[in-house]
Amino acid sequence: MAQQLTAKEPTPEQIVEQKIYQQFGVSDYEFELICGFLGRTPNYTEIGVFSVMWSEHCAYKNSKPILKKFPITGPRVLMGPGEGAGIVDIGDNQAVVFKIESHNHPSAVEPYQGAATGVGGIIRDIFSMGARPVALLNSLRFGKLENDRVKYLFENVVSGIAGYGNCIGIPTVAGEVMFDESYEGNPLVNAMCVGLIDHDKIQRGVAKGVGNPVFYVGPATGRDGIHGATFASVELSEESEEKRTAVQVGDPFMEKLVMESTLELINSGIVLGIQDMGAAGLTCSSAEMASKAGNGLELYLDEVPQRETGMTPYEMMLSESQERMLFVVEPQHEAQAQEIFDRWGVICKKVGKVTDDGRLRLFHQGEQVADMPVKALVDECPVYNKPSSEPAYYRENASVDAAAFEEITDLNGALEKVLASPTVASKEWVYNQYDYMVRTSTAVQPGSDAAVVTIRGTRKGLAMTTDCNGRYVYLDPEVGGQIAVAEAARNIVCSGAEPLAITDNLNFGSPEKPEVFWQIEKAADGMSEACRVLDTPVIGGNVSLYNENAKGAIYPTPVIGMVGLVHDVDHITTQGFKKEGDVIILVGETKAELGGSELLYALNGSAAGRPPQIDLATEKTTLNAILTAIQGGLVASAHDLSEGGLAVALAESAISGGIGAEVNVATDLRPDHLLFSESQSRILLSATPEKAAALQAHLNEQGVVNAAIGTVKGSSLTINVNGKSGVNAPVQQLEKVWKDAIPCLMK
Amino acid sequence: MKFAVLVFPGSNCDIDCFKAVEDTIGQEVDYVWHTATDLSGYDAILVPGGFSYGDYLRCGAMASFAPVMNEVVKAAEQGKFILGICNGFQILTEANLLPGALIRNTGLKFRCQQQLLEVVNNGTAFTNQYSQGEIIDIPIAHGEGNYYCDDATLAELKANNQIVFRYAGDTNPNGSVENIAGISNKKGNVVGMMPHPERAVDQILGSEDGKRMFTSILNAWREQHGAAING
Amino acid sequence: MKAKVYVTIKENVLDPQGQAVQGSLHTMGFAEVDKVRIGKYLELQLDTNDRAEAEARVKVMCEKLLANTVVEDFRFELEG
Repeated sequence: MAQQLTAKEPTPEQIVEQKIYQQFGVSDYEFELICGFLGRTPNYTEIGVFSVMWSEHCAYKNSKPILKKFPITGPRVLMGPGEGAGIVDIGDNQAVVFKIESHNHPSAVEPYQGAATGVGGIIRDIFSMGARPVALLNSLRFGKLENDRVKYLFENVVSGIAGYGNCIGIPTVAGEVMFDESYEGNPLVNAMCVGLIDHDKIQRGVAKGVGNPVFYVGPATGRDGIHGATFASVELSEESEEKRTAVQVGDPFMEKLVMESTLELINSGIVLGIQDMGAAGLTCSSAEMASKAGNGLELYLDEVPQRETGMTPYEMMLSESQERMLFVVEPQHEAQAQEIFDRWGVICKKVGKVTDDGRLRLFHQGEQVADMPVKALVDECPVYNKPSSEPAYYRENASVDAAAFEEITDLNGALEKVLASPTVASKEWVYNQYDYMVRTSTAVQPGSDAAVVTIRGTRKGLAMTTDCNGRYVYLDPEVGGQIAVAEAARNIVCSGAEPLAITDNLNFGSPEKPEVFWQIEKAADGMSEACRVLDTPVIGGNVSLYNENAKGAIYPTPVIGMVGLVHDVDHITTQGFKKEGDVIILVGETKAELGGSELLYALNGSAAGRPPQIDLATEKTTLNAILTAIQGGLVASAHDLSEGGLAVALAESAISGGIGAEVNVATDLRPDHLLFSESQSRILLSATPEKAAALQAHLNEQGVVNAAIGTVKGSSLTINVNGKSGVNAPVQQLEKVWKDAIPCLMK
Repeated sequence: MKFAVLVFPGSNCDIDCFKAVEDTIGQEVDYVWHTATDLSGYDAILVPGGFSYGDYLRCGAMASFAPVMNEVVKAAEQGKFILGICNGFQILTEANLLPGALIRNTGLKFRCQQQLLEVVNNGTAFTNQYSQGEIIDIPIAHGEGNYYCDDATLAELKANNQIVFRYAGDTNPNGSVENIAGISNKKGNVVGMMPHPERAVDQILGSEDGKRMFTSILNAWREQHGAAING
Repeated sequence: MKAKVYVTIKENVLDPQGQAVQGSLHTMGFAEVDKVRIGKYLELQLDTNDRAEAEARVKVMCEKLLANTVVEDFRFELEG
């Protein structure tokens, strides 16, 4: 069987003549380079291995020039981009490890398994560093929820995330979900995992020590997720037709066992290098481990545990079967490692050894079937500077005044409309399906600005959030990129934490389109600038390009995952109003900025004009002032103003607190502009009457614009503008609108 | 007093149960592996939540055949305190230590939320620190927590005062028979419940109403122990 | 020899999944669907040629592990 299939594989001559490499996404130019590195034409296995190592996903060949823009260092950064996940020092010999990763395309095809395996993959990235995963987050984008296919995708993506996270026992504590036509047919499923580690336990994916054995851990390899190209060149049979559709299937139970046994192995102190098998499975993990150590690697493919019969070297190297790891120990520790995995009932098999010749050599059925220079695989992929051009829509939008719509006088109605928009509405329907409490350390549960997880044995906590408003980034990529980072920082600060660092997931359309590449460049410029000003370096991330549907590229969506440090659990602050009589203070300046706003989307279903502007220096000053106020015990509640502006922030703080508010604002703006503007760097605070004066004095001293606008009071939300009634509704009624919106659409 | 927290492949609330015993009553506690064949050194056995064996086939089914379960049956016969939480409850019903079965939530979805419970029987070793009829706040997190039993079993549960907790008022989250959230065996030394008391032991986590489950067990053991010494 | 085991939810026990599927089929226009019950199907490859023995042992497997007879019924077929 094996020989039959192998025999059907194209010969090196056929690969050249029929340009078979093109089906793998390898260009003529790249093929020539590969032939140069090998000193001959590659065989089928070798071209397969090169094609995945030189793909955008592994080599970042289109995005490298972009990624260079990001600040990646800082006094606290222990490990930046390049390893499985970045690491930041949090004191007391502890560090936080986190990363975000996308599984957009698999989720578009098979939403349950696509999302589930996305979660599984990011968890492996964290524990393969030696860290104990403590929390999961996710950032999701779908088309309009009125569409049946979108409902199906939404329902199953959420189920898949729940199915995996709940079973493995890592709480899913935060995330965001937004709905916009732009994501129809190409949903975004970005999963983030946060772990804790002691400094001396940090692992690296290196194949150290010539002659050391290389071990494979995890379930047997099947034909899951092999690129469709695999079968394009063998004769179609019923069997191969069946294989072609193989989707990756997640097994969270197996991953739980692999995680516990791997952490036990790492804690035993005998591991020299370890890496998970993610995209491009055995190929990527073995080549990268060898490269980082400056060594070579031999793999004996007959030893690789196989779930199906007749697997070829090509198939084994490219399989994306889940829940697998690769590690290196010294020979005298083999038995100890084996014992740990045996006890957990996890397969552990010696499949190779570290060599000194810098080659990745594969052996199968007594023959050497591939021999490639590791450096060429990992480092020599050409990097492209794609052409970039400013899109027409951006120029046209310059003259659009987003605030120039007919004044809305029914402000109650407008508020209810925005609260019922699925993007703004309560996500309880989503997060009640996630076990967000397992591990008993979730101090701030989903539904607030950022989640907070306490660190056992200390007074500290970790705050975490994901953010990105794709509409803003579309309207102005640079400003939108700045806002994405700033909003994440604002959420972290509102929860009482100091922002530490970010991980990013760059979700964009095709980089072959100059207009899309322009979006990528500009968004990265904006993000980089914000990261510099706010002292939150980029410690890792993921790039997902080619997110397109029939109507073109998705909204550019660089999702920011940010983690902050709560220095003392007493600082933990939530968004809900706390008690009758507390003073409500609006921090920041409100302008008539309605471009890309939720109000306009609710009214017109589209985005036009320019998004809100942001001044990063003001943002920085504001956040510092708020954080010190919280740490000084002056603040009762804090909530960042985002989609839906002041009106929505007031409603959310009232709903979360289960208490009303009476607000009086004086303004030169139109009342509807004032209530729904999405001006940046604004935060809604409440404070006890005793502390309100001190809080305002503190803010004034720091030069932060603020105004006392009302009082926490009663059971209704009343907002008067210039002495005239604007909004007046029972909190319970607003809560019902806000909470019922998604369940009603999903019935 | 000495506690055992059982660990099956796929258990994931074992650490939480262990910490809860340490934090609430400061008693000795060990993790005990599913392959263990001796539980004689323990006074109370906690069967934790999670997804033992991935919940494949049926929740709790495969765990109920693990070697340690023979010892749990013996311990139950000896009158030791056994508490099954969530997946632990499912395991105890599959092992026939408790009557009935846990089936899929009527809403078909996993549900994780704070949940109000009514203490229906405060006469057990697990609930003696609550008052009869008290409403307490203990979270749930399950997809298959819908308690089912036939009418004859239900009549028996009622006759023997074996219903320990009900979901309060009209808040039944999963469709369980007569709002049942937790039951005991006839002798009252084995209790199974879907809500997670170990997640409600600190106000920072949202509730500390679960603490008294642990103090109840210690209290019951002390009484039993004192009685044995005196008698 | 192969055993094909069918595990179904007992008639008197609510099957919310089955109800949901029935609801969907109705929405799709399959009004004739009167009732849907969802069960499990298992295939066991048995290393034996003794039919009587297989029959007896598969029954025990079903009673002990494969079905929970509090809420489920089972039946099986032997092939080969």
